Amino acid sequence: MKNEHDHTSTKKFGMVINLDLCTGCGSCMVACMSENNVPFKEDESDKLRSITWMKVYKLTNKRPFPETDICYLPRPCQHCEGHDGHSPCVSVCPATATDYDMNTGIVSQIYTRCFGCRYCMGACPYHARYFNWFDPVWPEGMEKYLNPNVSPRMRGIVEKCSFCYHRYQAAKDKAHLEGRKEIEEGEYQTACTQACPAGAITFGDLNNPDHAVYSLKKDPHAFRLLEKLGTNPKVYYVSSKEWVRKAGDNYLENERPAWK
Amino acid sequence: MSTFNHADSSVSDTEETQSGEGSGGVVFLFFLIGLAASLIVGWVVFPKLLYSQKHQPVDFNHVLHNELVSEGCESCHFFREDGTFSGAPKLAQCIECHEDVQGESEEERKFVEEYVKKEIEVPWLIYARQPDCVFFSHAAHVKTGKMDCVTCHGEMGESTTLRVYESNRITGYSRDIWGHNIAGFKRNTWDRMKMDDCAECHQQKKEMLGSVQTQKEGCFVCHK
Repeated sequence: MKNEHDHTSTKKFGMVINLDLCTGCGSCMVACMSENNVPFKEDESDKLRSITWMKVYKLTNKRPFPETDICYLPRPCQHCEGHDGHSPCVSVCPATATDYDMNTGIVSQIYTRCFGCRYCMGACPYHARYFNWFDPVWPEGMEKYLNPNVSPRMRGIVEKCSFCYHRYQAAKDKAHLEGRKEIEEGEYQTACTQACPAGAITFGDLNNPDHAVYSLKKDPHAFRLLEKLGTNPKVYYVSSKEWVRKAGDNYLENERPAWK
Repeated sequence: MSTFNHADSSVSDTEETQSGEGSGGVVFLFFLIGLAASLIVGWVVFPKLLYSQKHQPVDFNHVLHNELVSEGCESCHFFREDGTFSGAPKLAQCIECHEDVQGESEEERKFVEEYVKKEIEVPWLIYARQPDCVFFSHAAHVKTGKMDCVTCHGEMGESTTLRVYESNRITGYSRDIWGHNIAGFKRNTWDRMKMDDCAECHQQKKEMLGSVQTQKEGCFVCHK
């Protein structure tokens, strides 16, 4: 069904990540885990079971020395818009546990609604969704560090990055109290954005010309991951290196990429 | 002979039918008793067993306090500067007046001796506490929506005594969430605080409907 809302007049939160600035330090991953109450696993090296809403990938250009080059690529949930908000995961969810909100452009995941069929994990081309194989267990005393604004997840359900939506709610709370209708750009920033020491991540409303992301996404070196799939993601990457931009999608050897 | 035989068989026929009817009646009676017992268990006994009754640590008198404060509910249940809602007051607020026993109430004496003097926070039982997955913004409803406290919390401000807190033994949630009427009937807006009760108003907010899946409001508006 087509949603009657016009997405151009509403908010559309997104990110622009400058890969030239990213050093691969992993601060965003750590900040994300602690902000969003992601539990520890006994064996965090088991990548089939560990949960990383934000994950830094290491890309290489597969060239021999001295042309060897690497690039780190942080990957949160891409919050795909698809066509009219039909992102891959939203389209397949049989429980209405995941949804696309035309007012914010954020793909929500409701943990109490999810029953763990994992269709969304199969549908997501970015591996941004994670399944809880175990109930969360925090080391003694660690539960006092939990963020009260994010509900912990139980065994048997899927979770993913929410663009720190609770921070948007907190910012709106303040705006309500002060009688404002809108929030400022700086009032709502994700944990990874604030944690990045290199300032590689910029977050804001892609539809708002006053926000930094509005102009950054128009960078000639900007690209999105697997754009050819039509997922229409809201996370833009900027890289001055052509091999990195080319690595963002599957191109044939002689194919000319969509970006110029 | 044949007449006699006929009469005999007809007599035995009648006897059989009578005994058949009798046993049917007994079965029906047992069925009724069973049905009644099941209904009583389901509608009366189970709800009683499901909720444990807890008393508040101190019996607070809202009317008494309401007369002494100037800003109504918000005098004690205030908004913090960052937009969050303070909820039930902390000891620090109570101490402003109750450093020593003020009146002659037995409950106040208990409060001062057991909590104020020992500097222990009062473990109030919050009637309206929602499950973890629920995000509720008091600021949005009270400040922007101009709603009254009474709409969701009932005539709390006019109570002289705190009612018994009923806690669901399975979920641990307050009975105010599920509702007090076991049949699900609702007379006042504050009788029940489940998702559908929030949706009663929220479905009418046409400008906020942005969900692609449900054509209603986005899930994250009330969930976290």
